[in-house]
Amino acid sequence: MGKTLFEKIWESHVVVEKPHNPSLIYVDRHLVHEVTSPQAFDGLRMNNRKVRRPDLTIATMDHNVPTNDRSLPILDQTSAIQIQTLEKNCKDFEITLFDINSPDQGIVHVIGPQLGITLPGSTIVCGDSHTSTHGAFGALALGIGTSDVEHVLASQTIWLEKPKPFEIKVEGKRKNPHAVTAKDIVLSIIKNIGTGGGTGTVIEYRGEGIEDLSMEQRMTICNMSIEAGARAGLIAPDEKTFEYLRGRKYTPKNYESLVEEWREHLKTDNDATFEKQFTLHIDDIAPQVSWGTNPGMTCDVTESVPFPDEFAQGDPNQKKSAEKALSYMDLKPGTPIEDIKIDRVFIGSCTNARLEDLIEASKVVRGQKISPYVRAMVVPGSQMVKKQAEEMGLDKIFIDANFEWREAGCSMCLGMNPDILSPGERCASTSNRNFEGRQGTGGRTHLVSPVMAAAAAIKGHFVDVRKMDLN
Amino acid sequence: MEPFKNISSIITPLDKVNVDTDQIVPKQFLKLVQKSGFGKFLFFNWRYDEAENKKPDFVLNDSKYDGSKILISGDNFGCGSSREHAVWALKDYGFSVIIAPSFADIFFSNCFKNGLLPISLDEKLVELLQKETDPISIDLEKQFIKTPSQEIHFDIDSHMKKILLEGLDDIAQTFQYEDKITEFEKNSKIPSVL
Repeated sequence: MGKTLFEKIWESHVVVEKPHNPSLIYVDRHLVHEVTSPQAFDGLRMNNRKVRRPDLTIATMDHNVPTNDRSLPILDQTSAIQIQTLEKNCKDFEITLFDINSPDQGIVHVIGPQLGITLPGSTIVCGDSHTSTHGAFGALALGIGTSDVEHVLASQTIWLEKPKPFEIKVEGKRKNPHAVTAKDIVLSIIKNIGTGGGTGTVIEYRGEGIEDLSMEQRMTICNMSIEAGARAGLIAPDEKTFEYLRGRKYTPKNYESLVEEWREHLKTDNDATFEKQFTLHIDDIAPQVSWGTNPGMTCDVTESVPFPDEFAQGDPNQKKSAEKALSYMDLKPGTPIEDIKIDRVFIGSCTNARLEDLIEASKVVRGQKISPYVRAMVVPGSQMVKKQAEEMGLDKIFIDANFEWREAGCSMCLGMNPDILSPGERCASTSNRNFEGRQGTGGRTHLVSPVMAAAAAIKGHFVDVRKMDLN
Repeated sequence: MEPFKNISSIITPLDKVNVDTDQIVPKQFLKLVQKSGFGKFLFFNWRYDEAENKKPDFVLNDSKYDGSKILISGDNFGCGSSREHAVWALKDYGFSVIIAPSFADIFFSNCFKNGLLPISLDEKLVELLQKETDPISIDLEKQFIKTPSQEIHFDIDSHMKKILLEGLDDIAQTFQYEDKITEFEKNSKIPSVL
């Protein structure tokens, strides 16, 4: 019987396998950042252990870093200590670090692919749930906790229960691919399968709707696999994948011979079977806006805030959770989404802060001014994205429209640095989580695509970006 | 890690679904570089108001649950961020067992690294236990929960059970396979980063 792409990558990385037990899986790439690693390095020190493969380990600082002037000292002492701790740990354990002043610094899931560190067919782990992003290259990429970070540092392996393969087919063609984006596809998927729909599985995204996407758009899709509860999400590599990685800073020397092998092996066999399946038709999907406090609580921009009964479809727990979400979000059922006014706009995060995201958003913004009632910021995903955008003059377009143009980092996606919402503020955000307090205690997050966020910044409320000229 | 001991305790009912790790430990407390002391941050935004006064309607602020070692909650507990701080906070606060109809994968795996037992039970049984006010006891070895009126069996992976019961150090276990790891590395086709 045939095998799925996930099963092929899994089988080629098994070090130890015993029936009815987790398997020991080899890790090809370990990405490290400042928030989930200090306790792991401490554990190594306490037990006199060293890092087994510093040459497969790469670190950067992204969660805590301020996004204003980098020449200024970090005012938050606890953030400063966490950043210094990573510097010391990388020095002591001889790990390559892209620090706050490096031209290669950025959100760990943006820089991995940009530097050619992410490779098809490889296993990648990071102490961060959005590691699933790297699956866009046909890698098995998993978010892990700090104990597992320590385990991988010490042994370059991880114990894993084998997840089940889940096929998500995206069929059809979007009528207006500038206005209806990869973000809208993945939000539509989560809206349908739910935030626990992917639990215990590795999703493979397939079909015409996926093949049509650029690499950066595929990363947006795989990035949000975790929001459906999946262990990972991946897409079979194709010529777009191989071209994207060609000639990057850390692309392997024997790249072309690797590509030949990947081209032949890294795909799901025709007779392979999946344990679970879901199909989304995208011909007529609309831009999506989340209205609640998890990414499954999402609707079309043309719809109204749902009534809890309508959302719950008979499930009393879901009804209660929708009521609570609406109260937290201060929204009344039946309110048209386009009538919701916003205070803040955040274009950034590992979901939507790559060059293409900024190019697309700039088309909405060009020659316009944001609403006087809105504060808006663009936080590029990496210093390299920032530089490329500036070379294209995108910074000027955003600044002329009264956006703030920032340095790279996770920023207001999770608000560990000074970029946070004040209580009660409402934000159109291109990030991945609308959990209570995620962007700041009492803050209210609506997840949208970069073009939808840009349009909302200009109008001061949500608007169907399909009505705007994006050429 | 301390071996897991059988416990007897009243249940703290947290009647919510999709409890995410951002709620279990909000981001402002992730900046510490040690593992200890996270208990005071557990469910911080649900426990305290803006002036950091206790919110009287939140279950953890009800003194009748003081000293409880068992938390029970709804579907998809621990979803979202991979932060192990969530497990450290639950453990440091005093919980040893979390019962829910289902758990998010990364959270579930993090529990076993820290001696926290996650038990998934049928939704009907969870609803029943949500209402249980008398102390219950949990025997991991025999895999049952005993309430004043019934005994409930629960499933757990045999490997994970062993890890908890013996308090095993994961890394020391893995080092027994050192030769296999080295052999794998010799045949690996994925080159070094540098």
